[in-house]
Amino acid sequence: MIRLKVNGTAKSYQGDPAMPLLWYLRDVLQLTGSKFGCGMGLCGACTVHVNGEAARSCLTTMQNVAGKDVLTIEGLSEHGDHPLQRAWEQANVPQCGYCQSGQIMQAAALLKSKPHPADHDIDEAMQGNICRCGTYQRIRQAIRIAAGVKA
Amino acid sequence: MNRIELASRRDFLGTLFSAGAMVLAAGAVPAIADAAELDVTTTAWNPSVFLGLETDGSVIIVAHRSEMGTGIRTSLPMVVADELEADWSRVRVEQAIGDKKYGSQDTDGSQSIRDFYLIMRETGAAARLMLERAAAAQWNLPPAECRAGNHAVIHAGSGKKLGFGELVAAAAKQPVPAKNEIRLKTPEQFRYIGKGIPIVDLKNICTGAAVYGFDAHVPGMVYASIERPPVLGGKLKSYDDSAARKIAGVEQTVVIEGAQPPYGFQALGGVAVIADNTWTASEARKKLKIDWEYGPNAIYQSETYRKSLIESAHKPQKVVRSVGDVDAAFGGAAKVVEANYYTPLLAHAPMEPPAALAHYQNGKVETWTATQDPQQVQETVSKALGIKPADVTCHVTLLGGAFGRKSKPDYVAEAAILSKKIGKPVKISWTREEDIHFDYYHSTSAMYFKAGLDSAGKPVAWLQRTVFPPIGSTFDDKQTYGGDGELSQGWIDIPFDIANLRAENGPAQAHLRIGWLRSVANIYHAFGIQSFIDELAHTAGKDPVEYWLAALGAPRTIDFAGQHAKYTNYGKPMSAYPLDTGRLRRVVEVVAEQSGWANKKSGAGQGWGFAAHRSFLTYVAAIAQVEVDPKGKLRIPRVDIAVDCGSAINPDRVRSQFEGAAVFGASVALLGEITTADGRVQQGNFDTYPVARINEAPYETRVHIVEGGGLPTGAGEPGVPPTAPAICNAVFAATGKRVRELPLRKQKLV
Repeated sequence: MIRLKVNGTAKSYQGDPAMPLLWYLRDVLQLTGSKFGCGMGLCGACTVHVNGEAARSCLTTMQNVAGKDVLTIEGLSEHGDHPLQRAWEQANVPQCGYCQSGQIMQAAALLKSKPHPADHDIDEAMQGNICRCGTYQRIRQAIRIAAGVKA
Repeated sequence: MNRIELASRRDFLGTLFSAGAMVLAAGAVPAIADAAELDVTTTAWNPSVFLGLETDGSVIIVAHRSEMGTGIRTSLPMVVADELEADWSRVRVEQAIGDKKYGSQDTDGSQSIRDFYLIMRETGAAARLMLERAAAAQWNLPPAECRAGNHAVIHAGSGKKLGFGELVAAAAKQPVPAKNEIRLKTPEQFRYIGKGIPIVDLKNICTGAAVYGFDAHVPGMVYASIERPPVLGGKLKSYDDSAARKIAGVEQTVVIEGAQPPYGFQALGGVAVIADNTWTASEARKKLKIDWEYGPNAIYQSETYRKSLIESAHKPQKVVRSVGDVDAAFGGAAKVVEANYYTPLLAHAPMEPPAALAHYQNGKVETWTATQDPQQVQETVSKALGIKPADVTCHVTLLGGAFGRKSKPDYVAEAAILSKKIGKPVKISWTREEDIHFDYYHSTSAMYFKAGLDSAGKPVAWLQRTVFPPIGSTFDDKQTYGGDGELSQGWIDIPFDIANLRAENGPAQAHLRIGWLRSVANIYHAFGIQSFIDELAHTAGKDPVEYWLAALGAPRTIDFAGQHAKYTNYGKPMSAYPLDTGRLRRVVEVVAEQSGWANKKSGAGQGWGFAAHRSFLTYVAAIAQVEVDPKGKLRIPRVDIAVDCGSAINPDRVRSQFEGAAVFGASVALLGEITTADGRVQQGNFDTYPVARINEAPYETRVHIVEGGGLPTGAGEPGVPPTAPAICNAVFAATGKRVRELPLRKQKLV
């Protein structure tokens, strides 16, 4: 039995401990905001926070999260009004939107460790998150808005 | 209960549409004449298949095109709302299921706005007129004095006002306006058109609540993962599933019969593992032991094939456009320049791989999927199951990117076949490796160019040959020549005013499923032509933009008369959408001015490159700035793009499409390449098939919308073609290294 917290709620899991967290979130808990994009930690669409740090849930197994706090896009803010979510709306970042939960979760981890990132910090932190629609310049803009920094 | 039965609904629609109110002339408009039920049970009044008004004032607008990131699910309903004078905050957008009553739902070819803009305007305007007349009748006032404004009808003289909801019942009984009575707004009256509004899914996307094909869920569903023939057309000889079936959570394995050529949208076949979650299904699939007969496509080596394409491009081929006498003109030229260009196969790689959920019961099947064309889902699934298209229901989710991949519903056929075989709802979600291995690939192409220059460096003769396995081969395995549509994508329609010009096309046999990818054949044709003209400019010692404009010649429309050309103009008449070189010139001038081209000094690792191209009836010019450091590492600090798409209906979404196209074009130029060995695709994930990341994409793309003021044209695709050659021309300006083969990452720049 693996115990963990997801978005503040205690959960227990009895299946294969090698199952990646992503499929537990999506198929078991029906928390489908975290997306599958590659299964190899190459694209960042599945990004969640584990004990406050950004993690690729497609590579993080259930046994890796035993006793830990998992935060997904659904739990990032109560009313969808995290400063990054508001900034994402303000800059009209999304096109198809599929990668954006992962982008926002990655950016949220960045702002925790670096509240006022320079552009090169943003590019370094976000280069693991692919957006095939190509919304990168607006992602950068939205992070700046949320952080209150200028270009 | 606010539902009102509208006895005359069918008459209403019959009259309205048979009177031609919806302008059927263009041929791309919906066949709406029949039943007009909305898929919205609470709707009180359905003035059209696209619109419903409820007695509480709610307005329901149906989005019948698929949302893959262009914003179309917002932009077309916004047009209806504007003409209706509806308050957007009281509009609910409902996604249509697949149904012919909506007309084409094939969200492809950058045509949603161009084909449905006027229809949506007329839909809103007709309903607005009926609301106004209903109010006038109630007040016993002249209808001309009663005007709809912001969700109510107002009589300015008396200050009387009735909300749309209050008028629904009476409006529904109004006689149907004749076509010539419908009064479209003037541009000054637009509330949303040309101004734009944020996409309806914005909040849901930012909170993780948006539902994509991968997220579809019904109770009792099981998850499937399929091992497909590794070579196209391969057959299953034997398999051993004993290890797979031992895994906890695995229910069974199921064989799907192999596809037969032509492959079209058929399921590819293979062995499916059915399990109680996605991960277990795909892990168990790895335990299958399968013996395949690979079939004739196992001979396909992309490197050998590349050489054969280049050889073909050096031989005389089928003439697809001819002006003057090229051969004679080469004889009289002061200088002759030749070059080969080559582009590889590409995969679509949308962030959401193909996914579908299907539930077959009692001879009918219900599907939920990310598709660009739900009516094609109905066709494909009905063929796969031997049932009628009408017995296939297709619910359209959001699409996590598509770029052409999701107009080919082979994956929906898989889910439907499996559901029929096992009697349960089946969800199939492809891995990235499956997506890369079993795509409908963007074609590889070899091009040969030869130009004759006069003593001033001006081109007086131009010969070009293109050779590529065509998309048509997917639907007719004997087809080897490019289709008229592919050859009309930047090849026949080379816009330069050259007295002697010949375009040719040679045959090539496909060994994979070839499909359309964002901007299609324009990608390679623009790369070849726009790079070669840049070569000529440098050969002549001229500024590339000035040289380009001189080659373009005086503003004119090109009609190809007497030039042995079958130009398809994206399915539109040349009379309404001419190929107007004056508009092309204008976007070139704008991009040159906005980027500060005249003052840029290329060299020493920094360069600016230019390209311009018309596609999907839209005129686009791009200037890219690149930096190449001493180690050969390339950076793209800025791209400027000028676009004339007639009218920009939702300008921020036009901008975002062109920002995205610059990134997509950067992936094409720098990174993308699919290769094969023994018929198998050698790439599998983003490590071997990289796409542009935030640190590789253009740092900044500035989009300059040039208001042509004409009919709206494409926005989703036309930004892609000029980007790759602009980047490669900038690389030449920075390094002196001419890029004639993509992708750039395979080449040493220093």
